[in-house]
Amino acid sequence: MSQLKPLLLVENLGISTVQDPRTLINDVTFEIHAGEAVGVVGESGSGKTLTSLSILGLLPRGVAVTAGSVNYNGMNLTTASPQQIRELRGSAISMVYQDPMTALNPVMKIGKQLLEVIESHEKLDANSDQRVRDALKEVGIPDVARAMQSYPHEFSGGMRQRVMIAMALLLSPKLLIADEPTTALDVTIQQQILSLVAEQRQKRNMSMLWITHDLGVVANLVDRLIVMYAGRIVESGTVKEIFTNPQHPYTAGLLSSLPTTADKSRKRLTSIAGVPQKPWLVGQSCAFAPRCFKVQPECRTQIPHLVGNLEKSVACFHPMGAL
Amino acid sequence: MQVVSRLRRFIFSPTILRIFSVLSTLFGISIFVFVVLRVIPGDTITGSFGIETGVLTPDQIAQLRHYYGIDQSLLLQYLSWMKSFLSGQLGYSFSTGVSVLKLTKSALPVTVELALIGTILGVVIGIAIGMFSARKPGSFRDFAGQLFGLLALAIPGFVLSTAIVTIMANKFHYFPNGLEYMPPWENPWTNFQQMMFPGLVLGIAVAAPVMRTTRSALLETVDKDFVRTAHGKGVAPRKVQYRHILRNSLIPIVTMTGIQFGYLLGGAVIVEQIFALPGMGRQVLNAITKREYATVQSSVMIFAIMFVTINVLTDLIYRKIDPRIK
Repeated sequence: MSQLKPLLLVENLGISTVQDPRTLINDVTFEIHAGEAVGVVGESGSGKTLTSLSILGLLPRGVAVTAGSVNYNGMNLTTASPQQIRELRGSAISMVYQDPMTALNPVMKIGKQLLEVIESHEKLDANSDQRVRDALKEVGIPDVARAMQSYPHEFSGGMRQRVMIAMALLLSPKLLIADEPTTALDVTIQQQILSLVAEQRQKRNMSMLWITHDLGVVANLVDRLIVMYAGRIVESGTVKEIFTNPQHPYTAGLLSSLPTTADKSRKRLTSIAGVPQKPWLVGQSCAFAPRCFKVQPECRTQIPHLVGNLEKSVACFHPMGAL
Repeated sequence: MQVVSRLRRFIFSPTILRIFSVLSTLFGISIFVFVVLRVIPGDTITGSFGIETGVLTPDQIAQLRHYYGIDQSLLLQYLSWMKSFLSGQLGYSFSTGVSVLKLTKSALPVTVELALIGTILGVVIGIAIGMFSARKPGSFRDFAGQLFGLLALAIPGFVLSTAIVTIMANKFHYFPNGLEYMPPWENPWTNFQQMMFPGLVLGIAVAAPVMRTTRSALLETVDKDFVRTAHGKGVAPRKVQYRHILRNSLIPIVTMTGIQFGYLLGGAVIVEQIFALPGMGRQVLNAITKREYATVQSSVMIFAIMFVTINVLTDLIYRKIDPRIK
């Protein structure tokens, strides 16, 4: 790992609801370096989407950053003016969202929606149309001239996600945040979109934050992984470390519940007993304690903090240990 | 076979179905007014003679019934009115001695002008206050906007009109409607003064529901994914507001405006009466008291045609603002 300053540095991030404050994200710290791809995995409600939305200040109404900071290229985004953040959005940092069916404006032509990105950051000129056409062609949209004149409903989900990707890449961002971009798509389309994003990332040497609930999806796409559970990071490290030597019992459980093609025994898949806790109900304990097979008394009275380095960190009093 | 299926496709095409539904609506209304007028007590004779009807001999009554054409069977009466209506004469007004067409020619422009002013004011005021309110739900400005909406809904048009007339005439000695009515092409300034208050009364009545619809549609759209996408692209907040949020909220706003147009026509009857505007509303009101069947029927039909036209227009606007509607 490089010792250079990270491109994105999230430090001790906390996110809560505004009214009757409920903690949703607690003490989240991670960094992404130039050209690096980082995956965030976790189940629904673990806070991975909120973390990704908070980077560009796109949190939904009623939810706000209450602690910590997000630093991009040395600029603190949590204290930056709305105007400063607006300048980054779509140009330096872009985002691809979960559901392409609802992420595009239904009453605006595709071409116009892409041109709007250019218009928001530069002046539109004679060249702009061509740039949009090139961007659409690059993500594999056939008949780009017609696509520009089409409305989103005339496109399939996969095609819409390609449009979203073209939109995100239009101004060659330094960082692309992808929030489960394949979850809402057919399985056959998922792989196409995954390879498209991977290919574009290679070509542009762009940094990436890839949010997913599917460990299998990100394994080949990212350099490092962050595992979130109930609003906290429980483990992070290189893909190799996480997959071959998981330290947190939760990560270990996740990995053992992955189906493999090698196993022909027709056994039931292993699952983790119980359900995840709500982050705001956890209190002074390890959130995973109620489901953990290695649980000890201190797990129920203290919060384990993330300890380690970029290659390997874990928040656990009784990690799995060496295999 | 091909001819049959092509014919079928033509008959069941949306346009043809639409025309058919419009015509059947109008036909239904024509029957309804015709029947209602004859069910209510009194007829053209009592309408014009009042209590003196009692001194008429049965012979005289029979002659008058024949004169007014109400001795014929209901079917014949209906057919003869329909014939006159479709020929464009719209029937005959006994009290004024001219065709209903002639009356309508001078009355219709007044009502159309009033309706236009009311609709435009209503839509502009309604959308503006709705946007103002929706900017910050729960804030003081939202409270003020909602209060306007509630008051405007709660105060009936005739109360507001009477209040304006009373205050303006008594306190300020200003009552432009006391003068003879001036069409805009003869005296635009007088016409403006005469139309200003009744237009505002109708405008406020339209604005209230439009404001509430605008507010809730905007609040619903603000949380949509594509609005987040727009912000995520770095689009300026003002442009997000107009291009993304407002554009997508227009359908319910247009629907509400279309519905309100019907109420506005009803309101015009009252407002024209209070502000002494010689429009369709007064025409129909006078005709009802005099039981002038043809005038009432034809005037109501004209109101119905206006309403149906607005409905068709609303549908056309839908297609314009939402490409998903075919």
